[in-house]
Amino acid sequence: MATTSTQPVFIALQANNDTLPIIEAIRQDNPQAVVHDYPAMVKIDCPGRLVIRRETVEEHLGRAFDLREIQVNMISIAGNVDESEDEFTLEWKSA
Amino acid sequence: MSVEIRTKGVKPLSNSFGHLQRRFGDKPATRYQEATYDIQSTANFHYKPLWDPAREMFDARRTAVMMKDWYQLKDPRQFYYGNYTTTRARQQDAIDRTLDFVEKRDLLRSLSQDIRERIVHTIVPLRHYEWGANTNSAHVSAYGYGTAITSPAMMNTADRLGMAQHISRIGLLVDGNSGDSLLAAQALWTGHADWQPLRREVERMFVTRDWFEVFVAQLLVADALVYPLFFQQIDAAIAGASGSALSSLSDALMRWYEETAKWIDAVIKTAAAESPENKALLSGWTVTWRNRLLPALVPIAQRALGNKAEDALAAAAAALDARAAKLGLTV
Amino acid sequence: MAAEGNAKPAKKLSLKENYALLTRGLGWEPSYEKKEDIFRYIHFEGVKIHDWDKWEDPFRLTMDAYWKYQGEKERKLYAIVDAFQQHNGQFNVTDARYVQALKVFINGITELEYDSHRGFNILAREFPGVGPRIAAQMQSLDELRHATTQIHTISQYAKYFTGMNEFPYQFDRVWYLSIPKSFFEDAVTSGPFEFIVAISFAFEYVLTNLAFMPWMSGAAFNGDMATVSFGFSAQSDEARHMTLGIEVIKFLLEQDPGNVPLVQKWIDKWFWRGYRLLSLLATMMDYMLPKRVMAWNEAWEIYYEQNGGALFADLARYGIKPPKRAPETIAEKGHVAHQMWSVFYANRDAVGFQMWLPSDEEMAWMSEKYPDTFDQYYRPRYEYWKAQEAAGTPFRNTTLPQLCQVCQWPCLFTESGDPTTLSLRESEYRGQTFHMCSDGCKDIFDDTPEKYVHAWLPVHQIYQGNCFLPGVDPTAPDFNPMVEALRYMGIKPGVDGGDFKGSADATNWEKWTSRPANIHEGAYTDAVRDTASPADVGARKAG
Repeated sequence: MATTSTQPVFIALQANNDTLPIIEAIRQDNPQAVVHDYPAMVKIDCPGRLVIRRETVEEHLGRAFDLREIQVNMISIAGNVDESEDEFTLEWKSA
Repeated sequence: MSVEIRTKGVKPLSNSFGHLQRRFGDKPATRYQEATYDIQSTANFHYKPLWDPAREMFDARRTAVMMKDWYQLKDPRQFYYGNYTTTRARQQDAIDRTLDFVEKRDLLRSLSQDIRERIVHTIVPLRHYEWGANTNSAHVSAYGYGTAITSPAMMNTADRLGMAQHISRIGLLVDGNSGDSLLAAQALWTGHADWQPLRREVERMFVTRDWFEVFVAQLLVADALVYPLFFQQIDAAIAGASGSALSSLSDALMRWYEETAKWIDAVIKTAAAESPENKALLSGWTVTWRNRLLPALVPIAQRALGNKAEDALAAAAAALDARAAKLGLTV
Repeated sequence: MAAEGNAKPAKKLSLKENYALLTRGLGWEPSYEKKEDIFRYIHFEGVKIHDWDKWEDPFRLTMDAYWKYQGEKERKLYAIVDAFQQHNGQFNVTDARYVQALKVFINGITELEYDSHRGFNILAREFPGVGPRIAAQMQSLDELRHATTQIHTISQYAKYFTGMNEFPYQFDRVWYLSIPKSFFEDAVTSGPFEFIVAISFAFEYVLTNLAFMPWMSGAAFNGDMATVSFGFSAQSDEARHMTLGIEVIKFLLEQDPGNVPLVQKWIDKWFWRGYRLLSLLATMMDYMLPKRVMAWNEAWEIYYEQNGGALFADLARYGIKPPKRAPETIAEKGHVAHQMWSVFYANRDAVGFQMWLPSDEEMAWMSEKYPDTFDQYYRPRYEYWKAQEAAGTPFRNTTLPQLCQVCQWPCLFTESGDPTTLSLRESEYRGQTFHMCSDGCKDIFDDTPEKYVHAWLPVHQIYQGNCFLPGVDPTAPDFNPMVEALRYMGIKPGVDGGDFKGSADATNWEKWTSRPANIHEGAYTDAVRDTASPADVGARKAG
């Protein structure tokens, strides 16, 4: 599962109240993630792989969360996507 | 907000876009009008489509029907993307509650085996009919002319996927999410004698090129026969034997059908009123497809309704004929 | 149906299983009609697909989920648009120059969304596989959304500012709008596989971030809450579309090794064509945002050089190489915005938005952002033009420029590595000579000359006397093709284009808001009493 790539993947989210817990969850689960703030937008880069875990978002949000809700506030992504009930993953496969 | 105070006296230079002013006068336009009228390109096309080199990318000649102004074909529901999606989302909320209710109580799974088999045999294969309708509706929106007709046709395309998935969910509620009923339904659709005549006509629509003919065949004729037959007559027969669990789920389909019929009727009525030539074309297509589809439904109607099948089909056909006559067609 | 199946509780379905059950089995092998008569357009390009079911859907959206999430987005967006309209938000932007960028947007971009909708609609009909067809129809619907929300948002601006009221008419006729129009028509008139590689991959996946992320962030920075809202809301759909783009590429490459060279050719072509189109955003970012977030060359570094680099490293395992003309784009990144602005300025009497020369403040910013190019090549030009304006003899072109047969930009670009020499290329086809702006465009022409000779090149059409309204006699002795062409294009001389200073937009802005129409130049009229920000002004006024 672990990738050997260190090429940057990213996710960009609208900067608003809905995304604060998602961004916190990303920070927590991806120690290498770098968060850039722009007007109305937050772009998060991470080498190789970035994962958003439902449980972590729920901890920060205080309610049940369907990962598909991310779509409402997502501006862009880079990397191959894999989505399940529990994890939304962005990943580059080769170095 | 403070800026408002300063700008209270500011009069706009115009109340709407130029193309809307020319149609409706210089007054505020509705969101439906803004999203619909004159949006599709009409001039100075650059290249010949590799897939249809004799015509332009957008070309009114992809149907024999002719309109002086294709934007006469308006949608009485006034759907644009925003009110379309929010309407469907709201309706889906109600459907989800019903699905949840039926699932939690195992209302379909607890029906007798005979009734469950009837649902799988006579209702679940319609998911393929809906997928066929999705293909045909996509044909109308892909090759139609003018946003007024293609935009609601695109929404109808999405609706038909939604209906196919709703019917599939009925199957999953019957089989406890194993998917066995969906496999069985596909085998019935592709192989069982009851369904082959209907599948034959659906596939004939797939190779019909004139998009307006496809509109008539699928949306006016086929749907007007299929929906009342299955979701009223056959549904009532199943309810008579087993209670209203299935009806609680087919109700959404009938409501959708009735809403959509308003749009279909407005399109046909306006196009038929445009010219005697249009009227003759639309009438001819209606008769041709009615005469193909009615016999195609006989075997599955007989399976589901036995000796009541003939009356049920006759009633659906009579309703279609009356509707067509009201729209100005000669059938 | 086994009766004992009912003893067990119903199986709980995962997202993936649910999606698979509700979509994959919907199609069937036709037997009454031939498959090639049903799906007619998938063979002529030479792409080989052996198993459509190998298609992977990354976002497993069923229609009910689509309605739910999209409905939610629409409710949020229209709440903002309603508030924007009620509160006259069009006067909250930095200054009236910003509005000129919205003219480019509604006239040049909105109709592309519509063409994209129809292009994906064709795929939604013509692909035999259920998975790709559903992806294409959701995207088709999304693109209709984008056209719609742009119209609904910008219509508020169109009521108060010039040059936005005839966007469908102008898209089909205005000379420089043939740049975007021909781009999308090129894609839609191609085969379905080329279309999806062109739009989903080369354009959306590789290039659109570059334009829309910094541009929309810039809209927010300049106080345009309506545009940033539709922009970012649209981008949330784009994130899905980009994923479709990368899945398409993987699917095509994995299906047959024979597809690799075709895909490579289309990546090379559409990367270049998309780059040329999006360079328009270079001028919008660097010149039309009064307050700037990022320069074009920085955006190119982040979104193409870094992220594109990661993407093509990932695709190397299939034998796919980075786009052939990528080095030229990197060489041009310090020049392209300045060269385009210069051409628009020179031709400002024939465009539908107003032009200005960059202020001292802006030139200082450009010197900082473009240390290797701006002071050397472009500052002297602007300073010379400023002096000419001051002397009352402003520079203007009276003839329209030569257009590139492929991208339809004026041939305004310079040779990579030699910014003082114009890049001009030509090819012969059936005894005629055709002109191109670059090697990238010449590659495209030479591969399919029979397609590009049909291009409706506006400047040619004008000078051949083909652009005039009914009732005009092109054989009359006083027939002036340029004057008649502007009328035909729906451009009102002295109103829609020309100099920003003294324009109706600048004058109305100052009258209506009491703020300067150009924040860098101070007041043009004595209607300006206040140079503070709108919030301060309002607070004082209210108090």
